[in-house]
Amino acid sequence: MYAYSEFDKNFLASRNAQFRAQVERRIAGHLTEDEFKPLRLMNGVYLQLHAYMLRVAIPYGTLNSAQMNMLAHLAEKYDKGYGHFTTRQNIQYNWPELRDIPDMLDDLGTVEMHAIQTSGNTIRNVTADHFAGAAADEIADPRPVAELIRQWSTDHPEFQFLPRKFKVAVTGSESDRAVTRAHDIGLRMVERNGVAGFEVIVGGGLGRTPMLGKVIADFLPREDLLPYLEAIVSVYNLLGRRDNKYKARIKITVHENGLEKIRNLVNERFVDIKARFSGFDQALLDEINSQFAPPFFKKGDIAIFEKSRTQDPVFRAWSDTNLHAHKADGYSIVTVSMKAHGATPGDASADQMRVLADLAARFGHDELRISHEQNVILPHVHKSDLPEVHKILKANGLGTANIGLISDIIACPGMDYCALATARSIPIAQQIATRFDELKLEHEIGELKIKISGCINACGHHHVAHIGILGLDRAGVESYQITLGGDHTETAAIGERAGPGFSADDIIPAIERLVEAYMELRQSDEETFIESYRRLGLTPFKAALYPDANAIAAE
Amino acid sequence: MSTLVTDTGFTLDDFDGSFEGETALDLASDTDPVGLDFDGISMIRVDFPSFADGRGFTIARQLRLRGYTGRLRARGHMIADQYAMARRAGFDEVEINATLAQRQPEADWLARADWQSGDYQARLRG
Repeated sequence: MYAYSEFDKNFLASRNAQFRAQVERRIAGHLTEDEFKPLRLMNGVYLQLHAYMLRVAIPYGTLNSAQMNMLAHLAEKYDKGYGHFTTRQNIQYNWPELRDIPDMLDDLGTVEMHAIQTSGNTIRNVTADHFAGAAADEIADPRPVAELIRQWSTDHPEFQFLPRKFKVAVTGSESDRAVTRAHDIGLRMVERNGVAGFEVIVGGGLGRTPMLGKVIADFLPREDLLPYLEAIVSVYNLLGRRDNKYKARIKITVHENGLEKIRNLVNERFVDIKARFSGFDQALLDEINSQFAPPFFKKGDIAIFEKSRTQDPVFRAWSDTNLHAHKADGYSIVTVSMKAHGATPGDASADQMRVLADLAARFGHDELRISHEQNVILPHVHKSDLPEVHKILKANGLGTANIGLISDIIACPGMDYCALATARSIPIAQQIATRFDELKLEHEIGELKIKISGCINACGHHHVAHIGILGLDRAGVESYQITLGGDHTETAAIGERAGPGFSADDIIPAIERLVEAYMELRQSDEETFIESYRRLGLTPFKAALYPDANAIAAE
Repeated sequence: MSTLVTDTGFTLDDFDGSFEGETALDLASDTDPVGLDFDGISMIRVDFPSFADGRGFTIARQLRLRGYTGRLRARGHMIADQYAMARRAGFDEVEINATLAQRQPEADWLARADWQSGDYQARLRG
């Protein structure tokens, strides 16, 4: 893992001192609320429905146990004893006092963490594959590059007042677990003729106008990355619309100007910018790379793992859903579900955070990851330790065996917290999870991604869900629209709207009809929901969702 | 009367030329710096209609990248917290009005006069 350089440490200390002074100057009236707003936002402080919210960055989703323990400390000391993991590998505290926030930032600084650029019209916390450094199918670990981008984008003088927010994601694997095609810039690490580089994707994004990113450079040599990123953001800063915030993201800039024009402008600007890079960034990248060297993986007998699978059906079910293939022999990637049936997706209590930190320290080479799917990952666990890890997880309410299943739902905070929300998301997620748990059908249904957003801004990624749910406000009443067939992976797709919305009472039965229809329609137990949908299209699923409309049409 | 902010704090404007003339340019925030002819120009002033409009930072950087070495000034609604950004982007100075100078006194600006330290971009470019 990356350890801060002296430069990073000094930077963070002075940045935190600046923010403390900004809070004081706001109170003294030197800064108007309008002027203070972008300053607090670029330090991660939002004003929500009920209180201020602090969004802490977990760069590329990587944490060690000391950092996780600090997150627990913040939850206890400054909040109500819990935190909320988000779809961008951040953690949010929903109840801090503004006057406490400078202290929270100083506390975070002691474990080399911050809340810089987790909000505002800036380059946001850079995200990466949550299995980075562990996945069996990985070509290269994306985290060193993500760290380089973190440093480059931090306090970038040109890009603190962009037309709109700007999100970058990196993956080093064929399987796209970082949703690269739904980011302002998505980077896929590739190799051509033995040379390392990137496929650069630009102009993706969800929100009210969902778009998949387009390839602006099919192969960018590794050493050109920072000047090329700078060229893209520089072109966007001048060309992006500032007259309408709903048309201000780079996806609209690319859409309105055309990819060719943007590519030409970027290439032209790149030449000037590249000339100013001496190569130090590449030397630094090599140094960062060495800090991400894999841990020393132990060798050992895994008989106890096989034995537990045979003897303990609960362990077996959990190991079927919550483990993924690791690149090292005898190891597994453990995904800890933060989606116990009926719980708030992504919420973790301070106690749970400490349990996770302790497990990482004892069994996981001191590493943790946060996924955009709002779960916590122990990336390196030897299989012989899995029965013990599972036992501890289970004892702390963290043993839910549902990764990738219908109750592993992404949900934004919705109207329970968010000032922008038009409907509740969390209770819908809870009810779906509880209902399918009652039916005991979850494992039979198999892989199915439900994602819920409580407004059109789509923080819950509903557009790229197999079943997406969007909560809207229709004349003061919540109305939930369903989209089908979305996909967040390397075969990314935007879901199709199924038809009119459902009330809060009708949405759960509607989802149940949809899933029942799938189970009848599928060719075999192996055919997943998305595969059935691709084979059959919208029609049979629509018929299941709107049976009355069908009856009328048939008359 | 406008105030000029530099690394040493507040000073009076010592520019005695004219922005109407042939050696100085007054640029709006939507100016495209590409193709701008600055031959014979020794002063360029870039407008910031609102502190939230960050185009001026890219305009300044582009002018410097394209070889402009004359005096470069930001004018308008910039806040003290943006002073380091302005200097790093290539501006030499910031011109603010009396009301802003009163609300954000010299000390607020001097607090960011250390713009050369802690600059990730300068570090990465080497």
